[in-house]
Amino acid sequence: MEKLLLRNIGVPGSHTLATYQSRGGYASWRRVVESMKPEQLIEEVKASGLRGRGGAGFPTGMKWSFVPKDNPKPKYLVCNADESEPGTFKDRLLIEQDPHAIIEGTLIAAFAIQSHTAFIYIRGEMVFGTEQLERAAEEAYRAGLIGKNIFGSGYDLELIVHRGAGAYICGEETALLSSLEGGRGWPKVKPPFPATHGLFGCPTVVNNVETLAALAWIIERGAAAYAAMGTEKSKGTKLFSVSGHITKPGVYEVEMGYPFKKFLEEDCGGVANGKKLKGVIPGGGSMPVLKPEEIEKVNLDYESVAAAGSLLGSGGVIVMDESTCMVRAAANIARFYAHESCGQCSPCREGCHWMEKIFQRIEHGEGQKSDLDLILNISGNIMGNTICPFGDAAAMPAAAFIRKYRDEFEAHIADQRCTVRG
Amino acid sequence: MALEFSPETLKKFTATVARYPKKEAAMLPVLYLAQQEFGHLGPEAIQYVAKLMEQAPARVQGVVSFYTMYNTKPIGRHHIQVCRTLSCALRGAEQVTGFIKHKLGIECGQTTADGRFTLSEVECLASCGTAPMMQVNDDYFENLTEEKIGEILDGMK
Repeated sequence: MEKLLLRNIGVPGSHTLATYQSRGGYASWRRVVESMKPEQLIEEVKASGLRGRGGAGFPTGMKWSFVPKDNPKPKYLVCNADESEPGTFKDRLLIEQDPHAIIEGTLIAAFAIQSHTAFIYIRGEMVFGTEQLERAAEEAYRAGLIGKNIFGSGYDLELIVHRGAGAYICGEETALLSSLEGGRGWPKVKPPFPATHGLFGCPTVVNNVETLAALAWIIERGAAAYAAMGTEKSKGTKLFSVSGHITKPGVYEVEMGYPFKKFLEEDCGGVANGKKLKGVIPGGGSMPVLKPEEIEKVNLDYESVAAAGSLLGSGGVIVMDESTCMVRAAANIARFYAHESCGQCSPCREGCHWMEKIFQRIEHGEGQKSDLDLILNISGNIMGNTICPFGDAAAMPAAAFIRKYRDEFEAHIADQRCTVRG
Repeated sequence: MALEFSPETLKKFTATVARYPKKEAAMLPVLYLAQQEFGHLGPEAIQYVAKLMEQAPARVQGVVSFYTMYNTKPIGRHHIQVCRTLSCALRGAEQVTGFIKHKLGIECGQTTADGRFTLSEVECLASCGTAPMMQVNDDYFENLTEEKIGEILDGMK
């Protein structure tokens, strides 16, 4: 398969403007500015079938089309580079090794909504990534690709690389905007959606790094070429970050609809050290775990993973072999959400800590028979009862671990110790 | 004497604020400048940033306490942050933390007596394919082994 998103990865000097341009970089940006109307660009991306790669899978062209054209306020485009989903490291690879692809995509998206100020909100911990993006932006400014009167078209666009400061929640788009406004990263109630009331109440679009990185290719080769790949509803290619007990961990680009089992066994070399698979999380820590028998017929696209009872999410694939204690794994994920809950909504603020505490006591041999139903009850009370999807992201994996590995949880409680690790 | 920015940092402050559509949007980068200049963000630093940003100190305090990367207390010269989330945990993150604790004789959240190291456990740093890993100040160290950690820490003065 031809690589779209990873096409520059591994090329010496891939992060420099010279190398990026020698491989056709910024030709799409020039074409967009010189010969396309914003409506035409939006139609092209709609036709490509590209869907947001941050986790929700919302159609990108449609998201852009929600920005009102007659609103006199400034419009903002924000690239979401706040990659923090457990098991996900695809964006960091692009940020560090192909920053110009992200910048070019950001510029194209900004043009589509006729924004004159664009931001790349990068995770605070990624200091090297910030430097790579800042250097790349500086090069692009010097080359006249960003700034005033780009390509003599009269179109002006400023780009600001903005560093977060350590908060998982800022990956959620409304939290990200609160953070970019200089405050706590607190999510906001939707509607109104950012497309009409975003940054400082102005029309704003937030797109993920991977989504934006696909744009230059789509413009270069055409929507039809992109839409020719993938399945009926999941078009193009997607990046998967593979970690845990796997022979060849790393970032992979596959065509949407690729068989999951084949991917793990052939592309990723199978479970490490010849062990058996016990469970796999397909879309980052927020998504329900799948048992080996559940992935038999699953393909790597939004619909197929959803039909199996989980979600494709960020494409963060975490592999767990037969030696893994699922109580411990669940407790680990629960601790993550307890640590990262922003504290705004009580079901999430209280529920995440409560669930973590129960998981920990089961793992440490102090669980009670009623604990499992208690966690399911708490998880059920968080689901759908919070401002943002964080609550669901904490509730779904907790419930899935118990429902799918209930025997193991019950054994921990009956024997009053970890029955897997001894 | 009350804390204030050096002339160079003040220049950086002015340039940073000028880039943003509204002054308050520059809060996070300005707090980074303050942390760099003052070492950590104690009450005096927060007062100073509040004055510069024309915000209530309580609001600045609220921002500082929300994010993990702002330190409200002094920390060691080298801040060791071991990732503890699932992908790293599956590949030995606990052993990494245990080894460092033993080597430095401190617990998580503590600083060595000589002020050289502070040890923390942190959540997923997007380096799961190269687990276990840690971040020390600005740098990532991946695919850790005890031998490798020993060399890395011994090299930090």
